[in-house]
Amino acid sequence: MSKYLKLAIVVILLGGAANAQEFGLGREALPEEVAAWNLDIRPGGEGLPAGSGDVVTGEEVFADKCASCHGDFAEGLGNWPKLAGGMDTLDREDPVKTVGSYWPYLSTTWDYVNRSMPYGNAQSLEPDDVYAIVAYILYSNYLVDDDFVLSNETFTDIDMPNTDGFFIDDRAKAEYAKWTGEPCMENCKDSVKVTMRATVLDVTPKAESATDGKDIASAATAVSDGAATSETPEMQTAALDPERVSKGEKVFRKCKACHQVGDGAKNRVGPMLNGIIGHPAGQVEDFRYSKALQGMADDGLVWDEANLRAFLTDPRGFMKGTKMSFAGLRKGGDLDAIAAYLASFPR
Amino acid sequence: MTNKTPQVEAEISNGPSRRNFLRGAAAGTALIAGGAKAAATAPDPLITEVQPWASGFGDGVDETPYGLPIRFEDDVIRRNVEWLTADTISSINFTPIHALDGTITPQGCAFERHHSGAIELRKEDYRLMINGLVDRPLVFSYADLERFPRENHVYFCECAANTGMEWAGAQLNGAQFTHGMIHNMEYTGVSLRTILEEAGLDAAGDLTDRWVFVEGADASSNGRSIPMEKALDDVLVAFKANGESLRKEHGYPVRLVVPGWEGNMWIKWIRRIEVMDGPVESREETSKYTDVMEDGTARKWTWAMDAKSVVTSPSPQAPITHGKGPLVISGLAWSGRGAITRVDVSKDGGKTWQTARLAKPGEKMALTRFYLDTGWDGQEMLLQSRAMDDTGYVQPTKTQLRDVRGLNSVYHNNGIQTWWVRPDGEAENVEVS
Repeated sequence: MSKYLKLAIVVILLGGAANAQEFGLGREALPEEVAAWNLDIRPGGEGLPAGSGDVVTGEEVFADKCASCHGDFAEGLGNWPKLAGGMDTLDREDPVKTVGSYWPYLSTTWDYVNRSMPYGNAQSLEPDDVYAIVAYILYSNYLVDDDFVLSNETFTDIDMPNTDGFFIDDRAKAEYAKWTGEPCMENCKDSVKVTMRATVLDVTPKAESATDGKDIASAATAVSDGAATSETPEMQTAALDPERVSKGEKVFRKCKACHQVGDGAKNRVGPMLNGIIGHPAGQVEDFRYSKALQGMADDGLVWDEANLRAFLTDPRGFMKGTKMSFAGLRKGGDLDAIAAYLASFPR
Repeated sequence: MTNKTPQVEAEISNGPSRRNFLRGAAAGTALIAGGAKAAATAPDPLITEVQPWASGFGDGVDETPYGLPIRFEDDVIRRNVEWLTADTISSINFTPIHALDGTITPQGCAFERHHSGAIELRKEDYRLMINGLVDRPLVFSYADLERFPRENHVYFCECAANTGMEWAGAQLNGAQFTHGMIHNMEYTGVSLRTILEEAGLDAAGDLTDRWVFVEGADASSNGRSIPMEKALDDVLVAFKANGESLRKEHGYPVRLVVPGWEGNMWIKWIRRIEVMDGPVESREETSKYTDVMEDGTARKWTWAMDAKSVVTSPSPQAPITHGKGPLVISGLAWSGRGAITRVDVSKDGGKTWQTARLAKPGEKMALTRFYLDTGWDGQEMLLQSRAMDDTGYVQPTKTQLRDVRGLNSVYHNNGIQTWWVRPDGEAENVEVS
């Protein structure tokens, strides 16, 4: 590649001089430090730790840690990324770019899951979990059978369908050569017609100013002051059915990627949920709610069991514009269980 | 909807010199009826009566230790488009370019793009590691970085997806939304070359096929591979922008600045630089930031941002609010492959063009402001701008782009934008034949 010719000169300039530290700044990185941060995995599997995970385990781990956004079958919920499917769609309108249909290297998936997933709780997975999750994603894409075990040994056995689907930037040839020179200044076309208009689609956000939200915030505080004593969590806890609570804990796996409950629960993608039952909406400290939720909180929405059930059955139907990307719980039993489970965590 | 074309009288083409400009403006005024000065019918009380601000006190110097713009400007803000992404943590917002002038973007309204949200990282907790094919793997503190020789440069940072929502047609109605994934700041930092040489590149051997992998301290890490040639050329490890510390949302305390290349490579909260003998092929350079062509194959390593321009005013969010007569058409132009040399403006959807005036000569990989000081006859216009850079490249039309790339791309849409300005001064994002 000709663009690297200049490098020959660079190399000569660097030769010899690069040996000594010119400024003596910084300190030597310790091997443990390099090991802690040097996590990248290369296409040939370089950098993979020893370990393994099978499809069946992967399905469980995926359901627990990934499915709340990516769906039980890696199909992607709402606007969250689809990880499976989309084969043979790349040359069609709106191609579906998934791990199976588009990603050229398996190393990319392992690297990304290991380094940056689950969303909101990155770097919490053990290597075997990562192998299992990646095995399940391969299975969801029909690239391996259900008895497949992915390990640092079997890693390079996998052929990704779109490995050869990429080519290096050719704009210099395909475009720059054509779009260079003195452009037309007069009589450049015979007629001009408007062929498409943005206002027909009407997808542009409405104008708002920086101070628009302020009154809402102070109104919400007023609601909180008035409603804080409406119900006491202790009373609810006394009436809880332990079986339901335990079932609720399982159902809550669908929520865990974004919400925390219990001791030390913090806001993640969603607010922490301690004491949520019976509490006015939109009150968790330091969490930025959607305008939709803030508006309903303003109107006095309280998360009593009826409202919570309605919301969790059809989040977007109950609250148009909610940030919560969750398809909803369809089974009445799941709704009972989740309400019981959440009620078991007082404020 | 309509087949009407603008009925604008062609004006004498204005060259960039002041004399030509004056001649052109005079000719323009002569052509346009109703451009006469407005006459006052009654004395203006803002002039004849003593106003409170002319009589009492304003704020004291202890009122605002660090100021925001005056409240009358509170609509000049970043905005996001909710339906674009699943949540606002891994998402993007847009610079209000329709309301700004000059070229420097104030940090407070410069677009943000995060993959795991804007993290808070104190200077005291900041570490930068250099490892891989280097003579000595090193760790620098923030204070260490401040002891290397520093450079100052103005560069634009444009997200590769800027204008990406417009690939298949006109969608978002406003320059902020169509072209606002861009900002332009003066950076202070240390050249990456200096830092790499401090770690020593003898261990890397022949640098021809060497790369650096750069990643951030946030949960996304957003790792990218950069060829060594670029790394040793003009990349900066920056800690100040527009004279002050980087904002949290732009990578405080330290980010990478990769002049002219897509914004995704400008790693925020940069924590590690690894010298390697090949690219990592990370998520951000395979599944994202690659360009699907019509046949389903995809271009990769499309790092440079090609020459592009947009009229920022008038535009849908900045309509013409005055009548016939003098009109300033203004916009921005930039190229990731060099300096802007010329911008042409068309009022009739590309039939005829006039060369605009550059506020200052174009600078490499920085925004250039252009003006067309003209007159408006109150008729509709189909406004376009077309940038040229010092490689001789001419910004293509959207049709030209689609002929090469098809409709399935997301990134690198630098096609010519059209605003349809109506007789009432309102403007709309449209496409034209």
